[in-house]
Amino acid sequence: MSGTIPEGLYEQLSHQLSQVVGFIYPNEVETQWAILIVVYPYITGIVAGAFILASLVKVFNVVEVQPIYRLALLAALAFMLVAGMPLQLHLGHPERAYEIFFTPQPTSAMAMFGFVYLWYLMGILLIEVWFEYRQQLVLMAQKSRGAMKGLYSALSLFSKDVSPAAIEFDHKASKFITVIGIPSAFLLHGYVGFIFGSIKANPWWGSVLMPIVFLMSAIVSGIAMVMFLYIILSLVRNEKLDMRCLDKVGLFLLVAIIVDFALEALDYIHRIYQSEESIGILAELVSSKLFTSLVIVQLMLGMLLPLLILVLVRVVRFNEDLRRLLYFTSSLLILVGIFSMRWNVVIGGQLYSKSFRGLMAYKMEITGIESLTMALALLALPFIIFTVLLWLLPPRWMEKNAPGTA
Amino acid sequence: MNKREFLKDAILFFPAASVLPSLVAEAVANAEEGPATTGYDAAKHWYGMGIDVGKCIGCNRCVEACKAENDVPDEPFYFRTWIERYRIHSDGEVEVECISTRSAPPEQAEPEDPTVVRTFFVPKLCNQCAHPPCVQVCPVGATFQTQDGVVLVDATRCIGCRYCIQACPYGARYLNPKTKTADKCTFCYHRITEGLLPACVEVCPTEARIFGDLDAHADRLVRFHRVNEISVLKPDLNTEPKVLYARLDGEVR
Repeated sequence: MSGTIPEGLYEQLSHQLSQVVGFIYPNEVETQWAILIVVYPYITGIVAGAFILASLVKVFNVVEVQPIYRLALLAALAFMLVAGMPLQLHLGHPERAYEIFFTPQPTSAMAMFGFVYLWYLMGILLIEVWFEYRQQLVLMAQKSRGAMKGLYSALSLFSKDVSPAAIEFDHKASKFITVIGIPSAFLLHGYVGFIFGSIKANPWWGSVLMPIVFLMSAIVSGIAMVMFLYIILSLVRNEKLDMRCLDKVGLFLLVAIIVDFALEALDYIHRIYQSEESIGILAELVSSKLFTSLVIVQLMLGMLLPLLILVLVRVVRFNEDLRRLLYFTSSLLILVGIFSMRWNVVIGGQLYSKSFRGLMAYKMEITGIESLTMALALLALPFIIFTVLLWLLPPRWMEKNAPGTA
Repeated sequence: MNKREFLKDAILFFPAASVLPSLVAEAVANAEEGPATTGYDAAKHWYGMGIDVGKCIGCNRCVEACKAENDVPDEPFYFRTWIERYRIHSDGEVEVECISTRSAPPEQAEPEDPTVVRTFFVPKLCNQCAHPPCVQVCPVGATFQTQDGVVLVDATRCIGCRYCIQACPYGARYLNPKTKTADKCTFCYHRITEGLLPACVEVCPTEARIFGDLDAHADRLVRFHRVNEISVLKPDLNTEPKVLYARLDGEVR
C-alpha cells in the first residue's frame, strides 16, 4: 500500500491511526512536532534559567552564589550551543534553514527566533564568558606551551593587558552585558512560549499565559540544572560543597517553583472556570492520554514533591549530608518534571483533534532522525560540551594559580 | 592580432559564449510564462467555493479526483479535500466519521438505526481564508495569499517546519512525504487560471460544490451566496473563510 511514503513512516502512521479514539480530521494522524520539539524548549529553558541564576551574582550582588557563577555561565553556554540543533534536524528541508535569516517573514513568530537565538549566543553569552575569562586566558597563555599556548592566546583574542585598569574594565563590561542579558534571557524563552501561545487554532497552546509560564518553568529548570551539576562535580572531584551557596540556590529554587506552580495553577483554573468549547476534549485528554505524564510526573513528582522537600529543608535542621542528598533529589525530580511539562505542552497539544471530537496517539520511533535515540543524544551533548568547557576554562583556575587576583 | 592577444580573447570568449544559450532559454521561458501572453489578471478575481451540504451524497469522487489531479499521496493520512459523515441521534449524540479514509466502500447497506434522526455528508477542504493564520506564521514566506485570494505553498522555498500545519484550525494541511514540504488545496490553481473548474467541482455529480468569483457581478457563487443562508466553519476564529456552506448543521466543526 505504501507506494509513495517511506516504510517506517507508513507503519508509524498506520499504528497511530489504529489508536485514534473518536473522530479526527484525516490529516491529523501524523504528529507534526514530535520528540525533538520537546527537547528544544527544554534545552532553551535551561539556558535562560542558568543565565538568570548567574546574573544574580553580577547584577544583584548575591555573594553566596558566587561559587557557582562560572558553572552557571558555562552550563548556559553548553546548552545554548545545542539549542538550535533539534530545530534544524526536524525540518523537512534542513538545507534551506538559512532562509529564516535571509527572507524572514515579519508576521511569523518563528521567523524572529533565529535572530533572538543568534543575539543571545553571539551578543550575550559568548561576550559575557569572554570578559569573565579574559584575564585567566591571558595568564593561561603565559603559563602554557605549544598548541595550548596558541589556543589560549587565540581564545583571549590575543589580548595581553592584565593591568588593574584593564581588569576593572572587564568587570564593568561583564556587568553591563549581564544587565542586557537578563531581559534577553527573558526574551529568549518567553519567545519560545509565544510560538505556542499565539496559535489560536489550538486551545491547549493558545494562552496569553504561555510565554510567562514557559519563562518561569525555564528559570526553575535552569536553577535545578546548575544545582545538579554543582553537586555532581563536587562528588566527582571529591571537593567540599559550599553549603551557604547551595542553601541560597535552594531558596531561589523554592521561590521559583512556587511562582511557577501559581502560574500553572492559574492557567488551569482559568480554563476550567471559563469552560470554553474545547474544555470537554481537554478534560478527556488530561484524564486519559496525559494522566501519567501530567498529573503523576509533572505535577506530583516534578513539582509538589520537590516543593515539599525544599520547604522541609528550610523548616527542619537537617545535617549537611542529608541536605545535599535532598537538594540532589529535588533537582533531579524537577529536571524530569520540567521535561514532562514540555512533553505535555508539545505532544499534548497534538493528541486531540481540532474538531474537539477525538484523541490521537503518538508512537515514538526508536531510531532515525525524529526518535528517542536522537533525543537522548541531543540531551547528552550539552553535558559533553560542558565537560570540554570545564577542561578548557577551569572555573577555579584563578584561585589556585593566581591567588589574590581572583 | 598577435598570438598573445588571440589567446587572451579566446579565453574570454569561450566561457562567455557558453552562458549565452542558457540566457536565451531563460528569456524564452520568461516570455512564455509572462502574464502578458496568458491574459490572466489575478487582481480582477477573488475566488471562493460554495458547498450545498444538502446535495452531497458522499460518493467520494471529489476526493479521488483531487488525489489524481494534484498528485496527493494515496495513503489515508493525506487529503486536500475529504468527506465527513454526520449521524445525529435522538438523544443528541453526534457520530462523525471521515468516509474518505475507508479503504473500500461498504459492500452492503448499513441496517437502519431508528435512533438516528438526521444524517448528512460534509465536504471539507482548505477554507482559503481571507485572513489566513497559516500565512501569518510561515517563517520564510513560503506560503502566501495570491491576489485572487488563493493560499498557496511555494514548495521550492518551504523549509518543512510544519508551523502552518499547526496554525490551521481546519486540519487542511499536511506535510507531503514526497516533497517534505507543506501541502494543501490550491483550488486547482493551475486549472482556474486557465478558466477551468477545480477537479473536485468538475466531477461532483450533484453540483454540491460551486466554484466562482466573489468579485464578479454575475457569477454562480455570487448567486449561491445571495439565495442561501450561509455559514462558515469556526467563525469565532476570525479567519474569514471563503468556502461558504449552505444548509450546514451547527454540529459541524
